[in-house]
Amino acid sequence: MTPQLEIVIIAVIVSAACSVLGVFLILRKMAMMTDAISHTILLGIVVAFFITESLTSPLLIIGAALVGLLTVYLTEALRRTRLMAEDSSIGIVFPFLFSIAIILITKYAGNIHLDVDSVLLGELVFVPFDRLIVLGRDIGAKSLYVMGTILFIDLLYVILFYKELKLVTFDAALAAVLGFSPIAIHYSLMGLVSITAVGAFEAVGSILVIAFMIGPPVSAYMITDKLRNMLILSTLIGIINSIIGYRLSVIFDVAIAGSIATVIGITFLIVFITAPKRGMLTIINSRRRRKIEYAMASLLLHLCNHENTDREEIESNRHSIYQHLNWSKKFLEKILYKALNLNYITLNNEYLKLTPKGREYAIRCYDDIGYSI
Amino acid sequence: MQKHVIEVEDMTVAYEEKPVLWDIDINIPKGVLMAIVGPNGAGKSTLIKAMLNLVKPISGKVLFNGLSYECQRRYIGYVPQRGSVDWDFPTSVLDVVLMGTYGKIGWIKRPGKKEKEKSLDAIKKVGMEEFVDRQISQLSGGQQQRVFLARALVQDADIYFMDEPFQGVDAKTERAIINILKELRLRGKTVIVVHHDLQTVKEYFDWVALLNTKLIQYGKVDEVFTDENLRITYGSTDRVLKGEV
Repeated sequence: MTPQLEIVIIAVIVSAACSVLGVFLILRKMAMMTDAISHTILLGIVVAFFITESLTSPLLIIGAALVGLLTVYLTEALRRTRLMAEDSSIGIVFPFLFSIAIILITKYAGNIHLDVDSVLLGELVFVPFDRLIVLGRDIGAKSLYVMGTILFIDLLYVILFYKELKLVTFDAALAAVLGFSPIAIHYSLMGLVSITAVGAFEAVGSILVIAFMIGPPVSAYMITDKLRNMLILSTLIGIINSIIGYRLSVIFDVAIAGSIATVIGITFLIVFITAPKRGMLTIINSRRRRKIEYAMASLLLHLCNHENTDREEIESNRHSIYQHLNWSKKFLEKILYKALNLNYITLNNEYLKLTPKGREYAIRCYDDIGYSI
Repeated sequence: MQKHVIEVEDMTVAYEEKPVLWDIDINIPKGVLMAIVGPNGAGKSTLIKAMLNLVKPISGKVLFNGLSYECQRRYIGYVPQRGSVDWDFPTSVLDVVLMGTYGKIGWIKRPGKKEKEKSLDAIKKVGMEEFVDRQISQLSGGQQQRVFLARALVQDADIYFMDEPFQGVDAKTERAIINILKELRLRGKTVIVVHHDLQTVKEYFDWVALLNTKLIQYGKVDEVFTDENLRITYGSTDRVLKGEV
């Protein structure tokens, strides 16, 4: 296997592992927590390193997971005091734990391979240098196996506990009543997020971990309204983004992690604008359509209200009606054109007359207003 | 002696230092349709949550059929306040109703054909069969409440707790809900409802609990739902009239 291929495969595995868990983080409104965890786990790694004096010990992952959970716990404990909101408590806990890790590194571990830059940005290029040797044989990059195992655990967890994750995320109170402990699900999920983050950060850095955990899930959320599809789409978007990002980094000779994170951002932007149901264009369009619908209904109702009254001539004159409705002339023309086309009104010597069809529509709109609440 | 399905003994709940519920004692007989009424902040929702173990009381205990909540869990159904969940969650009407079957299915196993049929029946019962695959964010408030009710029906419980099921629903939904509640009572179920509208208490319920941090009175509507008791519960009638309830 070439180092290039190894890099791509690792990026793909990391993206899949992060984006699948990210779906639940987004739905649980915990995006900011990812940010915190992906940094504070460094403290767990450093402390575990001081205990084991080895950078390859599995204790590092356990230490990281524990500090990840500690981050969640401290944040929630602070929030529970009701003295501050969740985002503020994250803002306190995250820099606090992270900076302890930084101090420990700079003070006691200055000469080992644990520098702050590589933590934040990672360096995929170097990943293939770290080999896994079993019985004297080189069986591939170590990250490949570490992340592969983590991805397997993540997928297994989501598949096995899909129903529980869904219930706890949607309605924690009902989950508790039915006997599915929301706390157990919450902390197991956050534990896996920490483990995934620590496995990934060495390869891709914490910034890309955050990008993977948030970007693809949010893009998927814009596209679908089924949880299962959101999980699949999120994973696919993560994978495709990392492949495109890698290709671009080769073409433009730039950092891989930065390139992938940029592609994730651009993907989101495209989805955000063009998504079929929740995208910006759709929303703007439907807003405009609704505005015209309401305007049409109010014009017809206006005519209906003054039909056969002594003010009918004043109220239905096409040259003055825009003043009564407080519309611009141009807007009135547009609505008139539409109403004439739909055969809701007829034009009779500058006076607007409702057709039976238009009258029926106006009355129906009026009746509907009561029910739409 | 009358058999009680729910017994609440000396229950006190406090958030921070302020008591929300103060020394509540209630014995609820089987097969009643009971409203819990009281002013805002009287602890109505908290009382339900404390009975369901969702809020930890400082003192006191709750027994269902003489046993602890954990033993009786599968006989208890719960409809939380509609506003307590995120209706933008990516899921459909059928999916939400299916959640009501999760308790009997247990961990890890998935709902199957039987659960699906049961859910579809419940959806039909609340008049939502047109919306089975509808995404839940596209429902009106009344429709959302019906979905919650359908979900409670598939729980197939003996005791139901409902937190303001009539909150912000249209008249048609309100009628549909009350008909289902009355039918549940006819089938011998016990239904406890947090309720806001004093005017409908007599028409809808046969039992009522008047709550304002302390339990003022509870019992049959005819006996307990008196002007005098309402005055004690809501403070002066002035405040009731000003709409501060």
